[in-house]
Amino acid sequence: MEKPETIVEKIWKNHMVHKEPDKPDLMYIDLHLVHEVTSPQAFEGLRLNNRKVRRPDLTFATMDHNVPTKNRDVIEDQISKKQMETLRKNCQDFGITLADMFHPDQGIVHVIGPQLGLTQPGKTIVCGDSHTSTHGAFGALAFGIGTSEVEHVLATQTLWQKPPKTLNVHVEGELGTGVTAKDLILAIISKFGVRFGSGYVMEYTGEAIRNLSMEGRMTVCNMSIEAGARAGLISPDETTIEFLRDKPNVPQGDAFDEKADEWLALATDEGARYDETVIIKAEEIEPQVSWGTNPGMCVPVSGSTPQVDTSENHDDIARALEYMGLEENQSIESINIDHVFIGSCTNSRITDLRKAAKIVEGHQVNGNVRAIVVPGSFGTKLQAEKEGLDDIFKAAGFEWREAGCSMCLAMNDDVVPPGGRCASTSNRNFEGRQGNGARTHLVSPEMAAAAAIKGHFVDVRQFAANVYPA
Amino acid sequence: MEAIRVHEGLAVPLDRANVDTDQIIPKQFLKRIERTGFGQFLFYNWRFDDDGNQRSDFVLNQPEYKEGSILLAGENFGCGSSREHAPWSLLDYGFRVIIAPSFADIFYNNALKNGILPIQMDEEQVHQWIKQAEAKELVLNVNLEEQVIYDEKQQVHFDIPAYHKENLLHGLDDIAITLQHEDKITTFENLKQA
Repeated sequence: MEKPETIVEKIWKNHMVHKEPDKPDLMYIDLHLVHEVTSPQAFEGLRLNNRKVRRPDLTFATMDHNVPTKNRDVIEDQISKKQMETLRKNCQDFGITLADMFHPDQGIVHVIGPQLGLTQPGKTIVCGDSHTSTHGAFGALAFGIGTSEVEHVLATQTLWQKPPKTLNVHVEGELGTGVTAKDLILAIISKFGVRFGSGYVMEYTGEAIRNLSMEGRMTVCNMSIEAGARAGLISPDETTIEFLRDKPNVPQGDAFDEKADEWLALATDEGARYDETVIIKAEEIEPQVSWGTNPGMCVPVSGSTPQVDTSENHDDIARALEYMGLEENQSIESINIDHVFIGSCTNSRITDLRKAAKIVEGHQVNGNVRAIVVPGSFGTKLQAEKEGLDDIFKAAGFEWREAGCSMCLAMNDDVVPPGGRCASTSNRNFEGRQGNGARTHLVSPEMAAAAAIKGHFVDVRQFAANVYPA
Repeated sequence: MEAIRVHEGLAVPLDRANVDTDQIIPKQFLKRIERTGFGQFLFYNWRFDDDGNQRSDFVLNQPEYKEGSILLAGENFGCGSSREHAPWSLLDYGFRVIIAPSFADIFYNNALKNGILPIQMDEEQVHQWIKQAEAKELVLNVNLEEQVIYDEKQQVHFDIPAYHKENLLHGLDDIAITLQHEDKITTFENLKQA
């Protein structure tokens, strides 16, 4: 019998172009996603060296980081405008398909890849964005790269990569009612720290992972980078196959079923060896709220901020509490918020919006809170409007916006003001991330929705007992 | 990129762990389409207050570190986004060497592609140098060829993958190296299509 292999080993073998001693391997890249912020200098490099894009057909571009989510007809920020115009020109000159701001396929690059069926099991996928790990939800090996590597992939369709070590993140048991994929990944990072995945590709396994929807799996894989891992993935199964069926860029009809068999065969073999394994029990996880300035600084909503002097790394904790304007031992439910952001490549897909809408329905946003919903893609927005979700959000006092990265990193006008405090469904609570001096608390869409209504954090399972029967 | 063989410079102590790329270069400065000119924005929110005045308590604003070119930092340096603007801003500001107990994977790669030498060193040694650099002027001599850092009293060995060392020593362009294997890429593509 052949040696059992992990999905990472299988994908690696299938993409090896060249191998020599004492060097990384030269790996083929199946899909290169491009956006406006990390690509201009790469295209400039190609021009300076008279190089072409080797495979425009394996390259797909969109605009997401900078785009306005209110009025798209006038871009007031001239530098943003220039960056978007530059992408348009680069795509024209080099023959790359672009979903620009007005295109029906436009959206956050990590939302549209799966939606268009460009993201597929077994592919190697890169993008000049660290949250490329999202695509690992489909059993693809997907990771973020810098601009020099963007240029390298444009020119050669390959990358030099060291074979990664593998880390099995095994989630035993089932998540409780009202506990989401977001709570799961926040709890994992909080338990094992923001560096534990460094140097590894993480594979998420176990019952709780198998029971997640594709959207939930994307949320988990998305935040692998916040645990230090460049990539995180989940072996494909029937959930993966059913999500991809009938998507635009996958084979159709019988050809799809043939392809599906190939994809399923990529799953990690029983008995395959990982370099490391960690285990977490799903039942123990509660809805999470981050209190500090990195995603590992998280506690259950029933908890409190840490006590400084009894904590390890007390300097870091004291500095984080100071930045966040919080006391030690402060209960999470006592923290008042003034902004709510539902969106980002972590939590802006249709199921995220449906779940948040369910919590919001029949309530009003607290008078001290400004709340916005930013769908992950134009397609998601249309679908939500078809289902009437926009009406629910708007009736409650949420702003309903166009698709983009928006307030996750505040490169456009969607900024939390200095000292402002935001319950956010995004992925990073770094200092200044949502605006200079802004304070970010990472939560699930359901928890963000409940916080919007109450004006402070609250356990969504109690707040929406009607949605979560005992 | 500029080759680096030996670098002697003043060490700047930044005694913080998990310095993320949003701190190294905040997002409002990512809109430029050039590779150069990012040094002025390095650690912007730590260097400047809301009115754009220098914060005197931040290490880069203290006159004795003005000529610094070697950054000493805590673990997991460069975590967060993949923005290459982070090494661009460090390089443009004048840093050629960064010494830390660990680096985030993407940042580490990005630094190497730009002729910055990221040196992973055990925490105790980094901490000792940070304390020294905080107390008085600390000049380090970094010899990449020998993989040794010299301070006044000792020499300390460091590890770096041979491939990265070679590229840094010669300032090699990765793409040119890869294109030497173009036939193999074409063969791979043909096999895949078959």
